[in-house]
Amino acid sequence: MVGIVLISHSARLADEVAELAAQIGGRDVPIAAAGGTDDGRLGTSITKLSAAIDTVDQGDGVVVLMDLGSAVLTARTLLDEYPRPKVFLADAPFVEGAISALVTSGGGADVKAVLTAAEEARHIGKF
Amino acid sequence: MDTSFFVAWMEEIATAVQAQRDHLTQLDAAIGDADHGSNLDRGFGEVRRALADSPPETPGAVLRLAGATLIRKVGGASGPLYGTAFRQMGRSLGDVSDISLAELSTALDAALAGVQKLGAAVEGDKTMVDALAPAVRALAKAVQDGVKAEDALSAVAAAAQEGAKATIPLQARKGRASYLGSRSAGHEDPGAASTALVLSALRTAGFRTW
Repeated sequence: MVGIVLISHSARLADEVAELAAQIGGRDVPIAAAGGTDDGRLGTSITKLSAAIDTVDQGDGVVVLMDLGSAVLTARTLLDEYPRPKVFLADAPFVEGAISALVTSGGGADVKAVLTAAEEARHIGKF
Repeated sequence: MDTSFFVAWMEEIATAVQAQRDHLTQLDAAIGDADHGSNLDRGFGEVRRALADSPPETPGAVLRLAGATLIRKVGGASGPLYGTAFRQMGRSLGDVSDISLAELSTALDAALAGVQKLGAAVEGDKTMVDALAPAVRALAKAVQDGVKAEDALSAVAAAAQEGAKATIPLQARKGRASYLGSRSAGHEDPGAASTALVLSALRTAGFRTW
């Protein structure tokens, strides 16, 4: 299955979005949260992100969702420094994107389909 | 410019960032998340430690180690951005032991390209690029005109400082400040301000080592 990684400035935000997505989409999909800095402040950590990707990578690829600016920069920097062919960054809303990605991965889709599902979540209206 | 010059540059940055830590944080409090001063202070403190723990043998190695340390230790946008800038400079310099002004100019251009590729910012977006890009041009012109190194580095510092000040009226289009829209106008961009500190430290490193 395609793994999902959530990187956020806030450890609690990343953990809770992962929990919410798993509750809705099923607990068999590998999902990991990389929130906060190594010393527990608000911010992002390339070390945590790298470890989270390793945790969920089952060989079918990984889709990474980011909350704000430096999460994007951290993720891009990681992939620039250590390119991984089946790891993709989703330009997606953090909550809806995580749920869509997890549900799609749980249905057995490939990594490109999971990426697309995450990115298309921005078009899901709330009303 | 030899390895000791580049080590001195990193030390001068660490000193300047420490001295200006509260000022940078105040700038960031106005239009960002008030952590720029403390993030950079911690980051360059780690750089100083890393250089002391395993002293690199070439200028390029100094910059690559500094870049890798910032990427791992900072935790805000400035970590990947400055980290990429120094790593790109370090790659550009290779393992040459004595760097000419022309080589420094090429390396600074590589730093700018790396930052722009990562952050997708252009001049006028109210980011560090607004200080870095004019400094790159000033150094290229100094090399072309054949001015001596001290004057070239003074021109770099002046261009970066002027570029940073010129961000005050701009409305941010990239970074955390862009969420504020028109409220971001009227404040100096903290990333541009710290870039001016970093590049001004080149000149002070020159005074110290020459």
